[in-house]
Amino acid sequence: MNRVRLVFSGSGGQGVITAAIILAEAAVMYDGKNATQSQSYGAAARGGGTRSDIIISDQEINFPEVRQPNVLVCLTQDAYNTYSSIVRPGGLLLTDTKFVKTTKKVDARQVELPLFEEVMAKIGKPVVFNICVLGALVGITEVIRPKSVMSAVADRVPRDFLELNNEALDLGFTLGAESQ
Amino acid sequence: MSENIRFIQGNEACVEGAIYAGIDFFAGYPITPSTEIAEHLARRLPETGGKFIQMEDEIASMCAIIGASLTGKKVMTATSGPGFSLKQEAIGYACMTEIPCVIANVQRGGPSTGNPTHVSQGDINQARWGTHGDHSIIALTASNHQDVFNMTVDAFNMAETYRTPVVLLFDEVVGHMREKLVIPEEGEVEIVSRLRTSLGKGVDYHPYLPREDGRLPMSDFGGEHKYNVTGLFHDMWGFPSNNPKTVNELLRHLVDKIENNVRSITRYKEHFLEDAEYIMVSYGSSARSAIHLAKNRRAKGEKIGVLELQSIWPFPTEMVREKCANAKAVLVVEMNMGQVTAQVKAAVRKPNRVFLANRIDGKLITPADIKRLLRVIQGRGV
Repeated sequence: MNRVRLVFSGSGGQGVITAAIILAEAAVMYDGKNATQSQSYGAAARGGGTRSDIIISDQEINFPEVRQPNVLVCLTQDAYNTYSSIVRPGGLLLTDTKFVKTTKKVDARQVELPLFEEVMAKIGKPVVFNICVLGALVGITEVIRPKSVMSAVADRVPRDFLELNNEALDLGFTLGAESQ
Repeated sequence: MSENIRFIQGNEACVEGAIYAGIDFFAGYPITPSTEIAEHLARRLPETGGKFIQMEDEIASMCAIIGASLTGKKVMTATSGPGFSLKQEAIGYACMTEIPCVIANVQRGGPSTGNPTHVSQGDINQARWGTHGDHSIIALTASNHQDVFNMTVDAFNMAETYRTPVVLLFDEVVGHMREKLVIPEEGEVEIVSRLRTSLGKGVDYHPYLPREDGRLPMSDFGGEHKYNVTGLFHDMWGFPSNNPKTVNELLRHLVDKIENNVRSITRYKEHFLEDAEYIMVSYGSSARSAIHLAKNRRAKGEKIGVLELQSIWPFPTEMVREKCANAKAVLVVEMNMGQVTAQVKAAVRKPNRVFLANRIDGKLITPADIKRLLRVIQGRGV
């Protein structure tokens, strides 16, 4: 894919921004691509709605904002209600079944996965939910090589928590790949 | 993973540029959206043997770097709108006393505390005329992280070359966004060192006696030579003077040393300018939108280009006039009420063909915003 535009949305504390940074970082550091990552700043970053825009491309990226994402991830009902309509026709809309009840059909592939529940059942730590989402995304799309994401996670996560995060990444990847 | 590739915020790219340029000392006070510069220098400076101080306020931060620079250190502070206002008196002192220093201003919406977490380019004129009295100043800007790095290195180099404060006018979008930075190898980019006097101890040193090339060698304050430094007009020994000849010569020197070197200081980039009928003049994050639009319109066969300014002050009047000479219209894309537009109008032969495409609501101006105005100018309807 020449240029992929992604929007990650959810609420402060879910690790939405961290997941966005890891994905874009993986693209630049391990896949040799260009990427930009930007996010909403201000009071919204604490407990309110958060959104991060990512563009991954083989070419130079100028305007860093995303109008119509090829990939839209919504991790809260609010985020879904706000952003579901902006997904690019033919794109991908990924939601978590615990947090989002989908209400309308969009002109995109909708994938609803029980990521949070699976994280709690198999790992028991909600903190790695965002990494599981990242795993699912990589399992569904070919935005980036799974190995690159693993390397980027290893760079960013404290060593004692690496195994936990790798488990979450694997879990998400399996759930994502199985949904296809 | 390559050692030299980073995926970081623009503010961190500024930090890496400062480290590359040889920064020894940073004093600052946290302020959005520049805080990451202080945050990362607090970690990076001790690694390179430098010193970091979080001061009690913005004014003290500016004064601290001036003092440190005088003792021979390469220095920087970082701030945003309200902090930049507070620093102005001390910036004037650095202009008058000719003390090299770098001030990074990551712009936010103003006036006053304004719109702290959102983008603006409203401090263009404040960088030029924020401090009182006739003086000249250098201000640089950048639209991507590689250029943030390069302009930061340039800022340190120019501060040393011209013995002047240099302002880095970044903005919130570039400061906070993450993208790739490739850090050059050591020696790949030229670094200007402090020009120190060759005079030994006990020999009369005149701190304000310019050499033939106009440069003034410095002596680390507190070191081998005793001399005076004052914000008052001063003679070649640094002592206060109101002698009309001394005042006249010093003020002309302060202005001329920069204004006579506009060509050497000018930094810009051309994007599809060669046959452009419509030229967008832009800088900082708004240039990203202008370039995005130019690429799209070029693909449709329109002759559109972007002149991206990287040095704002001294304003590159001649360069802008030359580059825009054959344009049917010039569109200045910026996020303020036309601060650079006024300079472009003054520079070109047909000021009535210069238009402002702006956005001042805290949102990054989009390619669509610019396109709407462009279509009107091109006579293609709204």
